[in-house]
Amino acid sequence: MGPFVPELISDQLNLVVALVLGIAFGAVLEQAGFSSSRRLAGVFYGYDFTVLRVFFTATVTTMSGVLLLGYFGLLDTEAIFVNPTWLVPAIVGGIIMGIGFVLGGYCPGTSICAAAIGKIDAIFFIGGGILGVFAFGELFPLYANFYDSTSLGSIKVFDSLGMSQGLFAFLLIAMAVGAFAVTTLIEKRVDRISAPSLEFKSRKHVAAGIGIFALGLLFIVLPDRKTSLINKVSDPKYAASHPVTVMDADELAFRIVDREPNIRIIDLRSIDTTMSRSLPGAENITVRDLFGKDWVSIFSRRHVKKALIGKDEAQERTAFLLLRELGYENLAVLKGGFDAFDKTILSSAPFVPTGSRWDADVKVFREKAREDILKLIAENKNKGAKEPKKTKKVQGGC
Amino acid sequence: MNAKYMNPYLAGFLLGLVLLATVFITGRGLGASGAIKSIVVATVDGVASKHAEGSHFYGAYVGPGKDNPLKSWLVFEVFGVLIGGFISGLASDRLKFVTEKGPRIQQKIRWLFAAIGGALFGIGAQFARGCTSGAALSGMAVLSTAGFITMIAIFGTGYAFAYFARKLWLAEKAGR
Repeated sequence: MGPFVPELISDQLNLVVALVLGIAFGAVLEQAGFSSSRRLAGVFYGYDFTVLRVFFTATVTTMSGVLLLGYFGLLDTEAIFVNPTWLVPAIVGGIIMGIGFVLGGYCPGTSICAAAIGKIDAIFFIGGGILGVFAFGELFPLYANFYDSTSLGSIKVFDSLGMSQGLFAFLLIAMAVGAFAVTTLIEKRVDRISAPSLEFKSRKHVAAGIGIFALGLLFIVLPDRKTSLINKVSDPKYAASHPVTVMDADELAFRIVDREPNIRIIDLRSIDTTMSRSLPGAENITVRDLFGKDWVSIFSRRHVKKALIGKDEAQERTAFLLLRELGYENLAVLKGGFDAFDKTILSSAPFVPTGSRWDADVKVFREKAREDILKLIAENKNKGAKEPKKTKKVQGGC
Repeated sequence: MNAKYMNPYLAGFLLGLVLLATVFITGRGLGASGAIKSIVVATVDGVASKHAEGSHFYGAYVGPGKDNPLKSWLVFEVFGVLIGGFISGLASDRLKFVTEKGPRIQQKIRWLFAAIGGALFGIGAQFARGCTSGAALSGMAVLSTAGFITMIAIFGTGYAFAYFARKLWLAEKAGR
């Protein structure tokens, strides 16, 4: 499952990857005609909409790819870098760049590409860019507060607009296809002789437009993979036909007391409830996080039993079925959830005889186990409250 | 004789695949202005390292225990862009020292405005945390709100301001 940084690709190798991807990026930009400032500026005057066509086609392609890879579980979409939003600085920065685009005829990426093939104006543009960043850096204290203002974090545009991801993807595709059609008409009116779109084979282009529009429609009905899987395993019918392995409180207590190495406790409860009473060695993972690649190394060890502990048994069963759906084995749910364990083992509630001939032994065992496990919990706490595991996140941004 | 440019939709599709490969392999997007920033930071650090370490802006990238700012992902990527652009220009026979400009202005005016445009991009890209590549294109591709806002601001302003800069690009009787 992607991305492969930082687990499979080290920081050093990543630089080589950057070089290779950069070569591909530069070659495509140049072939697209982005090494020409007149062509780039044309988008603002209606004589050449190449920029818009390339830009929106690329956006739609990548977005569709990310959505599809995420849907099929090939890409961990939680792990990829989503540019954080500083609302007002983003708008102000965009306005400044917009003026820069019209005056300079390039943007930074295209200027580098143009300089590579000898465009002298592009070299001046890059020189200006260096001076601009330097000026910004030297005067930074003047607007340091503004620079950090209206920070909204890594928010997604469909959440900001209050719609589903699929609907947004469809609207974006529809807008792109519409813009392609309208700008082609404008271009041909502004320049009847040399408009780039005069060379298009219209039937093929119309067919491609319809194809991508159909893909957009698919995104509306294609549910988000996480939601659909969780819904599937939470369905009572599904649960009834898929039995789960159950472990009772005594067995779990015995395995903890026994320091059994081949068991891993997965605590599904939200982190603030577990802070006070976290079982020794437990990993805290909420149900939605089970999809991420951060935990693959724990779940994929077949010889280790993964004991799922939740606020109740239903939550555990959902997680159990979900994990099995994701292809993991050797799982167990704790009978009655954490509360049952708390009642029978941890709290000093009086022993409830079951009438079994082993009652006396069970009582002794539970008392010893309580003492031992409470000690383990206390030791855990002394080591400092367990920080929620922070894996190294992918870095990004300009 | 210059070879023709690629069909823009095909080029956009290929560009999208390159960006998709970048996201899939590395979990991040493409960029450009970040490399220019690294060059500035490295230069300031080289000339006046005390000044750089004390600055709120440069200080985040330099100082003891930090890698050289030039050893960054974007610097390598942009170096690749130079190579890739050159190879493509070579293959399509477009390597030539030339200044592109509108028909109504002198070469020196074009150079001046190219530098001003570059400077504005350099400043704007700091506020927006990225330029057309890093913030707008890569941001939109992962559906980041910032990506869309930056894109709308760049192109919206471009259209609003284009009238005032028409002398730079259009012939006397061009347009409507």
